[in-house]
Amino acid sequence: MPTLGADMTVGTLLAWMKKPGDEVKRGEIIAEVDTDKGVIEVEVFTSGIIEKLLIEPGAEVPVGTVLAIIREPGQVPGAEVSTATAPSPAEASKPVAVSPSQVERRVPISPAAKKLATELGVDISRVTGTGSGGRIQRVDIERAAFAKPSGVVVRDAADERQERMRRTIAAAMARSKREIPHYYLSTTINMSNAMAWLAEENLKRPVVDRLLFGVLLIKAVALALHEVPELNSVWKDEKLNLCTEINVGVAISLRQGGLVAPALLGTDKQNIDELMKTFRDLVKRARAGSLRSSELSEPTITVTSLGERGAESVFGIIYPPQVAIIGFGRPMEWPRTLDGQIVLRPAIKATLSADHRVSDGHRGSLFLAAVDRLLQEPGKL
Amino acid sequence: MTRDEIRATVLRILGEIAPEADLTQLKPDVSFRDQLDIDSMDFLNFVIALDEELDVRIPESDYPKLSTLDACVEFLSSRNTAKEGS
Repeated sequence: MPTLGADMTVGTLLAWMKKPGDEVKRGEIIAEVDTDKGVIEVEVFTSGIIEKLLIEPGAEVPVGTVLAIIREPGQVPGAEVSTATAPSPAEASKPVAVSPSQVERRVPISPAAKKLATELGVDISRVTGTGSGGRIQRVDIERAAFAKPSGVVVRDAADERQERMRRTIAAAMARSKREIPHYYLSTTINMSNAMAWLAEENLKRPVVDRLLFGVLLIKAVALALHEVPELNSVWKDEKLNLCTEINVGVAISLRQGGLVAPALLGTDKQNIDELMKTFRDLVKRARAGSLRSSELSEPTITVTSLGERGAESVFGIIYPPQVAIIGFGRPMEWPRTLDGQIVLRPAIKATLSADHRVSDGHRGSLFLAAVDRLLQEPGKL
Repeated sequence: MTRDEIRATVLRILGEIAPEADLTQLKPDVSFRDQLDIDSMDFLNFVIALDEELDVRIPESDYPKLSTLDACVEFLSSRNTAKEGS
């Protein structure tokens, strides 16, 4: 059971997407688990053949429990295999046969959606799937259920999920404030160049390829981390652990309440068009309840942006074990003096909340200055 | 496409973006972004859906004309009429 955040202790296996004997490739989704962050698709981090599925659907198991054994290419069946996490002995010694019907359930409806449909009494034959290849997702079931006159049951289920999410957020944020000595920095960034470049770019593009302002901010943060790498790290075992990959987590508010902050993997390596596509996909999947385990387990820093209708600035709380969070307020008109005249410029307030065990104000200032500088040349992002 | 059909299309798209919303309570002359808590990504998806379903190209400079349900219907009707007349 992968850990998908500092405060996740258990998860419930909802369904297997593979059966023993199936070949899997690194990054492929093999299971769905229900967590306090919602339903997550679990990816594998090695390629090979599924030798055993160790946990039955419906079982709640602690983080770190081995869910399955994968035989890597060249390994003899039954030979000792290495596992990424220590197995729970009782569960690891309990092989479970998976019937073909369990595997077939994944198409065209996700197991989580099927489970929810049963709970809410939704007839799936009447539901149109919005997932890949028309796959029915939880959000489709919720939508169908909301359309029913007897929506009271749905509200109960949604309320329960929201309560669990709030408890998770509360635990993580309380721990952060208790353990992490935050310091805060703020700067105002002139966005004239970025806004003008964005308007010009979007004028040339079909609507489906248009860029959002927020993508420029995310990319600037990712590139600025090359200059202040200690902010792209985790605090673990009482010391700084630098991360080699830059995976910017983005705070996404969910329509039913709460938020998640999944990662845009390899943020610095994606060009602005790729990043926009992956960002759009990530938001869509976050709100549909189909995030992947790596997206929740691998953010190395978080960006939170309040958008066009938000407050002027936000001072975020670091999500442990990360060591920094960057906040952006809404774009605003910024009065400046130019040649003795007061002129207005589009601007945005950027804030940094950082862990004082890892960095200090000087380094944090250099980081914000780098973000500012990068945003002055948006075409190079 | 009639104004009623355009209105129905706009409401359906908004319903897909904000499935939890009770659109019967939507005030047609008040910003639906405020009423439905539509963020910039939602709004982009809204414009993309309008483009795909109504075959109307909407430049960013016209986004303010899509602020309310009534304004949307008015703007899209005029674009639709212009397209049919061309």
